Amino acid sequence: MDTHIQVKDLNVYYGKQQALKDVNIEVPKKQITVIMGPSGCGKTTLLKSLNRFLELTDGTRITGEVLVDGQNIYDREVDVTEVRKIVGLLAQRPAPLPMSIYDNVAYGMHIHKMRNDRKEYKAAVRHYLEIAGLWEEVQKRLHDPASSLSIGQQQRLCLARGLAVEPEIILGDEPTSALDPISSQNIEARLLDLKQQYTTVIVTQTLRQAKRLADHVIYMYMGEVIESGPAKEVFTNPKHERTRQYLEGLF
Amino acid sequence: MNDTHPVPPEINEKIEGRSPRPSIAPRARQDQRARRVFFIITLLPVFLILAVTIALLVRAWPILQAYPLGDLLFGQVWKPSDKLFGFGPFILGTLWVTVVGVLLSVPPCLLASIYLAEYAHSATRSFTKPVLDLLAAIPPVVYGVWGLLAIVPFVEKVLAPFAKRWLGSVSIFSVNQPTGFSILSGGIVLAVMIAPLIISVVYEIFATVPNDLRHASLAVGATQWQTIRNIVLPQVTPGIIAAIVLGASRAFGETIAVLIVVGNVPQIPTSIFDSAYPLPALIANNYGDMMSIPLYDSALLGAALVLLVIILIFNILSTLVLQRMLRRKWA
Ligand SMILES: Nc1ncnc2c1ncn2[C@@H]1O[C@H](COP(=O)(O)OP(=O)(O)OP(=O)(O)O)[C@@H](O)[C@H]1O
Ligand SMILES: [Mg+2]
Repeated sequence: MDTHIQVKDLNVYYGKQQALKDVNIEVPKKQITVIMGPSGCGKTTLLKSLNRFLELTDGTRITGEVLVDGQNIYDREVDVTEVRKIVGLLAQRPAPLPMSIYDNVAYGMHIHKMRNDRKEYKAAVRHYLEIAGLWEEVQKRLHDPASSLSIGQQQRLCLARGLAVEPEIILGDEPTSALDPISSQNIEARLLDLKQQYTTVIVTQTLRQAKRLADHVIYMYMGEVIESGPAKEVFTNPKHERTRQYLEGLF
Repeated sequence: MNDTHPVPPEINEKIEGRSPRPSIAPRARQDQRARRVFFIITLLPVFLILAVTIALLVRAWPILQAYPLGDLLFGQVWKPSDKLFGFGPFILGTLWVTVVGVLLSVPPCLLASIYLAEYAHSATRSFTKPVLDLLAAIPPVVYGVWGLLAIVPFVEKVLAPFAKRWLGSVSIFSVNQPTGFSILSGGIVLAVMIAPLIISVVYEIFATVPNDLRHASLAVGATQWQTIRNIVLPQVTPGIIAAIVLGASRAFGETIAVLIVVGNVPQIPTSIFDSAYPLPALIANNYGDMMSIPLYDSALLGAALVLLVIILIFNILSTLVLQRMLRRKWA
C-alpha cells in the first residue's frame, strides 16, 4: 500500500475541549478512505485537519503532524494556499459562489493563473464539468447564476470547481447528505470514477454508502481512532468490539 | 408589524357577540385594547415626523410665498435686513463640510471594519465593540471643544502652512484666511464623530455574508484577501454605500460640534481652508434673535425644512437598502 497522507500523533483542541486524541492514521494513495463513527466523534475535525481548515475557527489548538507525500502541512514554511490547492474539499452543503456556473468552475483556475487565455479557460471549464457529469445539463446555460441549479447539480458544480485546480486529494464531509437519492448516487458514481486519479477521503453517516465506496475504513469514537484498515477486513471481521457494535447498528 | 394590526371593530363585535363563553370576553377585550395602544405607540414616531414637517411647512410658508423656491435655494446672499434670503452659502457650507467629513472617514472606517469582520480574533472584536459604542456616546459638544482646542490649531499651524507650501496651485486647497476655523476642521471633527456608526454598520453587513461562501473560496486555495475582494466585497457593496449615506445624513445634521470649529461666515466656500456656515449652525445661532426683521423667522424655519427634507431622503434610502441586506441573513 502506497501511503499518501500520514497523520502522526494528532491532537486537536477547541478551547479546552479535546476533539481529537492521539490520532495516527495512514491514507492510501488513489483509493477511497471512508471515515465513520457516531455523531460528535470528531470526523469533521479530522477531515478539516487535512486541508488546514481548522485554523479558520478561533481558539483551535493543534499538535502533531499531517504529512502529505512526506511533507508536514503544518510546517512553518508551508504555504497554506498551496495545501488547499492540493487538498480539495467537497462540503456537506453545496456552496456555489455567487457568480455564473462558468465562473464558479473558472474561479480557482483564475486565482492560481493556471491557464493562458480565454480559450484555454473555456476548454478547461468544459473538461471539468464533463468529469463532474454536469456538462450535458448546463452547456446551454453556462452564464446563468450558479444558484439557479438544483441542489444536486450545485454539488456536482462544487466538485467541478474543486477538481479544476488540479488537486491530488479530495475530501468530502458527508457530501451527499443534503442530496436526494438520485443525486447522491450520481455523486457516488463520480467519486468511484475519480478514484483512479485521486486520493479520496469521505466522511459518511450511512453504512451502506460506506460499503459501496470504501477501499479503506477508519472508525472513530469519542475523538479517537478505534480501528483502521482495508474495507473488507473491517466490515467482515472487525477487531474491536465498538466497531462491531457500530456495524451491527447497536448505536 | 403585522400582528399589531388591530382586528377591525365590526369583526370584533361579531366574535364577542357570539362568544359561547362570556367569561373570556373581558380578557379578549383587554388584549385588544393593549394591542391598539402598542400599535399607536409604534406609529407615534411617524406622526411626529409628519407633525414636525407640517409645522415647519406652515411656518416657512410666508417666505416660500414671498420668493420663488429657486431664489431661496440658490440665492447667494444672506442679508435679512436688506430682504435678501439666499440659502446658497449655507447649503453649500453643509455640503462641503459633510463631503470632507465623509471622505476623511470612509477609507479608514472601511479598512477597520474589514479587519474586524474578516481578520480579527473574536477577543479583539468583543473588545472593540464597546469602545466603538463609547465613542458614539461622547456628546457632540465634547467633540466640538476637542476640535476647538486640538484640530483648529492643528489646521492653522500645520495643515494650512503645508498646503500653502505644497498645494497652493490647487484651488480647493488654497489658504485664503489666516485662522484654523475652516471646513477642514469641521470635516475632521465630523469624520471622527461618524466613524463608530459607519464601522459598526459596515461590520454588520459583512457578518451577513455566510461563512460557507468564504470557505468555498478558501478551499480552492484562494488567500483571505482574494476571498474578500472576489467574493465578500461584491456581496456587500450596496450595504457599504448605504452605510456611507447613513453616516452622511448624520454628518448633515450635526450642529454643535461643527458650529464650534467651522467659523460661521456666510460665504460661498471654494477651498477646504475657507470658513463656512452650515445650515444647522445658521438655525442654532440665530433662531430667537432679531425676530423683528420681517420674514426672518420664516426664513430660518425654511432652512430647517430644507435640512429636514435632505436628511429624511438620505435616511429613508439608506435604511431601505440596509434592511434588505440585513434580512438576507435569515433567508
Ligand atoms: N467550532 C467548535 N468549537 C467547539 N467545539 C467544537 C467545534 N466544532 C466541533 N466541536 C466539538 O468537537 C467534537 C467533534 O466534532 P466534529 O464536528 O468533528 O464531529 P463529527 O464526528 O463530525 O460529528 P457529526 O457526525 O455530527 O458531524 C464535538 O464534541 C463537537 O462538539
Ligand atoms: Mg461532521
